[in-house]
Amino acid sequence: MEFFFLLAMPLTGAVLLGIWGERSWAPRLNVAVSLATLLAACALTGRVIRQGDLMVAHEQFFIDPFNVFLVTLTAFVGLTTSLFSLPYMRVEREHGRVTPRRMRLYHSMYQLFMATMLLALTTNNLGLLWVSMEAATLSTVLLVTLYRTPASLEAGWKYFILCGVGIAQALFGTILLYVAAESVLGGEGVNALLWTHLNAVKGQLEPTVVGLAFVFLLVGYGTKVGLAPLHNWLPDAHAEGPTPISAVLSGLLLNVAIYAVVRCKVLVEGSLHSNLPSRMLMGFGLLSVVVAAFLLWRQRDIKRLFAYSSIEHMGIVTFAFGMGGQVANFAALLHMTVHSLTKSAIFFSVGHASQKAGSQLMDNIRGLITTNPTIGWGLMLGTLAILGMPPFGVFASEFLILTTAMQQQPWATPILLLALGVAFAAIFGRVQQMVFGETTLKRLPHSPALLPVFTHLAIVLVLGIFIPPYLADWYRQAAGLIGGGH
Amino acid sequence: MNGVPFDLQILNALAAMLLLVSFAMLSQRRVVTLVNLLALQGALLCAATLVLAWRTGKNHLYLSAALTLGLKVVFLPWLLHRLIRRLEVYWDTEQSLNVASTMLVGLLVVVFAFGLAQPIAAIASTATRSAIGIAVAVVLLAFLTMITRSKAMSQVVGFLSMENGLFFGAMSATYGMPMIVELGVALDVLVAMLVLGVFFFQIREQFDSLDLHHLESLKEET
Repeated sequence: MEFFFLLAMPLTGAVLLGIWGERSWAPRLNVAVSLATLLAACALTGRVIRQGDLMVAHEQFFIDPFNVFLVTLTAFVGLTTSLFSLPYMRVEREHGRVTPRRMRLYHSMYQLFMATMLLALTTNNLGLLWVSMEAATLSTVLLVTLYRTPASLEAGWKYFILCGVGIAQALFGTILLYVAAESVLGGEGVNALLWTHLNAVKGQLEPTVVGLAFVFLLVGYGTKVGLAPLHNWLPDAHAEGPTPISAVLSGLLLNVAIYAVVRCKVLVEGSLHSNLPSRMLMGFGLLSVVVAAFLLWRQRDIKRLFAYSSIEHMGIVTFAFGMGGQVANFAALLHMTVHSLTKSAIFFSVGHASQKAGSQLMDNIRGLITTNPTIGWGLMLGTLAILGMPPFGVFASEFLILTTAMQQQPWATPILLLALGVAFAAIFGRVQQMVFGETTLKRLPHSPALLPVFTHLAIVLVLGIFIPPYLADWYRQAAGLIGGGH
Repeated sequence: MNGVPFDLQILNALAAMLLLVSFAMLSQRRVVTLVNLLALQGALLCAATLVLAWRTGKNHLYLSAALTLGLKVVFLPWLLHRLIRRLEVYWDTEQSLNVASTMLVGLLVVVFAFGLAQPIAAIASTATRSAIGIAVAVVLLAFLTMITRSKAMSQVVGFLSMENGLFFGAMSATYGMPMIVELGVALDVLVAMLVLGVFFFQIREQFDSLDLHHLESLKEET
């Protein structure tokens, strides 16, 4: 029942906002729908905690600790982003950057995007997982091009075609997996793509084909994660769309894509009896961290800067899942949580800051601390958090990942440390100037939405100091499900 | 005859024609002809699905043949032609395209595809497993088509051709994916094309052209 509401709320919201999305109360309806989705997600979580794994609708949907935690996170960030978009989009509208019709598109697609992500997270059918991942791309393409500037059109086209081609590889991988599964599961062809069924027989799947399938699945879903060298679409799409969309793309979509990769990795690792999938994940992860860290230096646009930082963090998460084992998986899950909270908080502050400066170029944003102290502090604290400063949660997860790497993959530790150092220097220098530099700009006329920023940062802070026992249990269960390691 | 059943011979012939159409797409410069080739590819795919459905007696294959006919032979080519007319890109041709060397790369791609298909064909239990290599080749050739083109419309045709190849692969390796997945994929393709239609008009409004060379300003700053 809770599950039904979870998917029905955003879908209904998408339809309603598709009709009335330009009304003055539409943004508040958007918030209300997001709130209802979050409540449904919380109820679902409560049920999974009480009763264990859940199967719905002829096993087509499957909820376990791994995905229910992502469902709650997605619904939560969905709500806070809708709160942030209240003042942000109002100002955009006043500035004439969006017309009422585009507001309707924006609100409707926002809810549709949430629905596709929740579908991708909860489905048990690997085919449906593919369908909803593609639908998530499609629902955001027109949001990236919302401003219709040449740059945003280019970003949207890149996003569409690169993710389309990438996701076609994933479809090929899914077909291969189906071929391998059908020869084992035989007669029940309809169920041969259900993850739980595949997981039960993963030891008997033909290794060559499954290995081949994994390569395609990793390239396909990896494109959506933004793993280097398939990351080209990501900075453009993050930078050119409206900031609330940057926040959900970075904070949520990347998580969902990683989730898809990890689900596939669990199957493939069980079938191959080798560490090929782990090695591939570690390789791609490490490459992304390094590439992103060095590209950070070349950025002049503040949203591109933090988009590259997202690539870096997704690389860290992928690397950690590649190492596998209880501790690394735990750390990776924690890192996904804190990254998504921190990064969306940063995008909220960045959105207000660039709106105020009338430019996304970092050279034009100066002295936030004098003109708008709360935005300045939000950006500064968010940046410190994302750079892995204690006592924020990112520090805890990165520390766990690094110590595990020292034990299991000592060769990778210096590379990771170097990349983290380079990223730190690149981001901190820029943000410091933006927050503390001299400015001639006037104070912002409208009041920004700072509740979401500081709520996120507070949660990240708490997670860094103390992880509540039930949450830790939950992470541990999910980490156990993912397995791997030696 | 050497014992290959007649219907299987037809299937193999259709598969070979699919590959030929892919090569034709690779060498074709005119956008309008590309769309026609795409419709032809869809028709071949639909015919192959029908023969397979008749051979195996699986009812869901008839449904997916109908889906192919409706979507890939009728609707999408119609939509693309309409877009071409409305956007007035009727006479668009690709400028820089070295047909001879592209063809050579295409040949290598086919050899590679058959190598890739070997392990898959080894475990597939279907009678059509020899066609898996062709399916992989169609996918890779479509990919090559996309890489070598600079017009938005030709890239989209390449994208759809890739989807055709994937579909043919699923069919020859396992007699098609579960119905719910096939429907989902078809829905995604449909929505993708509609989004694209909107998108083309936006690009056109901005640049007065659908040439992707206009869309190359977002480079890394130095």
